[in-house]
Amino acid sequence: MNAEWRWDFAIEILPQMLWATLNTILAAGIGYAIATIVGLIFLLGQRTPIKLVNIINREVVEFIRSTPLLIQLFFVYFVLPQFGITLSAWVCGMITIGLHFGTYLSEVYRGALEGVPKTQWEACRALNFTTLYTYRRIVLPQAFPIAIPGMGNYLVGIFKDTPLLSTIGVAELFHAATAVGGYNYRYLEPYTLVGVIFLILSVPAAMGIRKLENSINKSQGKVKN
Amino acid sequence: MSYFSFLAEHGSTLLLGTVTTVKVLICATILYVVISMVFGLMRLSKNPIIQGTATIYIEFFRGTSLMVQLFWVYYVLPFFGISLEAFTAGVVTIGMNFGAYGAEIVRGGIIAVPKGQWEGAYALNFSPAKRMKKIIIPQIFPIILPPAANLTVELLKATALVSLVTVVDLTFEAKQVNSITWLSAQCFGTALIIYYIMSRFFLVPFLRWLEVLAARKVGKDIF
Repeated sequence: MNAEWRWDFAIEILPQMLWATLNTILAAGIGYAIATIVGLIFLLGQRTPIKLVNIINREVVEFIRSTPLLIQLFFVYFVLPQFGITLSAWVCGMITIGLHFGTYLSEVYRGALEGVPKTQWEACRALNFTTLYTYRRIVLPQAFPIAIPGMGNYLVGIFKDTPLLSTIGVAELFHAATAVGGYNYRYLEPYTLVGVIFLILSVPAAMGIRKLENSINKSQGKVKN
Repeated sequence: MSYFSFLAEHGSTLLLGTVTTVKVLICATILYVVISMVFGLMRLSKNPIIQGTATIYIEFFRGTSLMVQLFWVYYVLPFFGISLEAFTAGVVTIGMNFGAYGAEIVRGGIIAVPKGQWEGAYALNFSPAKRMKKIIIPQIFPIILPPAANLTVELLKATALVSLVTVVDLTFEAKQVNSITWLSAQCFGTALIIYYIMSRFFLVPFLRWLEVLAARKVGKDIF
């Protein structure tokens, strides 16, 4: 086994890797879509005026946030069949990622809502707006720009955590690399290509989010640094 | 088989794994703290080479997935003649990965020190090294500790990944026990609870205590 980088091999496996990249992007996209909705549900649980719901919600969020995604994946994948629910690896992965990152997104939403100055609420109260109208026309339009950077960061975060899905057999990029590596008994090129593909996709994404954040701050009249 | 007899039979195995997880956590935390300090300072250097090195390092480690890095270090580096033990590979990779995130936190902390402090140090004609060491660095801890605490909890969760490169930690043991007994709910459930207890009742209170300590050191009261 030599350590020389073989271009012919790298180019030979590249199409296969690129196809698998599509799966990775798809997984990240679906997982994110679920996470945004789960985040809203946790946010609702947090803001309902019922004390018991708040406490349960907080503990559930704490639990999910402080345990590793990897074991959560195993838990969902291996335990649900014991209760007669057999889901494919894809579905399990998406549910787990959605739940895990949903807890993070609920924090982003909460931060954004709290970032809207209290005086805005008071003004709405003074003008006798309904709660729904206050949210729709006053609060949410101001909260959304605050939430964008956090939401973007977690999109990139989910993207970078998709390799974990390969442990339960989801055929995404990392899974493909392991398979190709095992088949040809050469791991150098496949794993390096995975790293390069991740870099190519996530660094510009992160830069884009930073730009977006700056332009939002500017449009809101806030100057950063 | 009741849950208690499960615990009696396999609890010790899982606890052994927990010890390894704690070891990985401690070693990786030390490494990541050192790396974030060094690269955080390098990132603020005026020398373009030093600053560029730090930026590339940070962007590289933040841009690729930790799991990819881990596999690369463990399975690909041996081809270049660098064979690391699984434990070392895990600790080094996690430390370097989180060091990149930590460096950004340190950078943010240094920038956030009030300008008057910098000006004061200039006015007193402190050398740049002394200015950093005596004036700026002591003040960044109350600023960086809250985000660093979050990062450390993330690190605890990330240690689960080392099981994939054959480090016999809690996750690895849980998988092992699962493959023997097929009591998945008990195995992974117990592992989840152990991680939860470690983070909620040990790591987080400890980091919180550090935060209070740091705030008190610079005379800020956070209560």
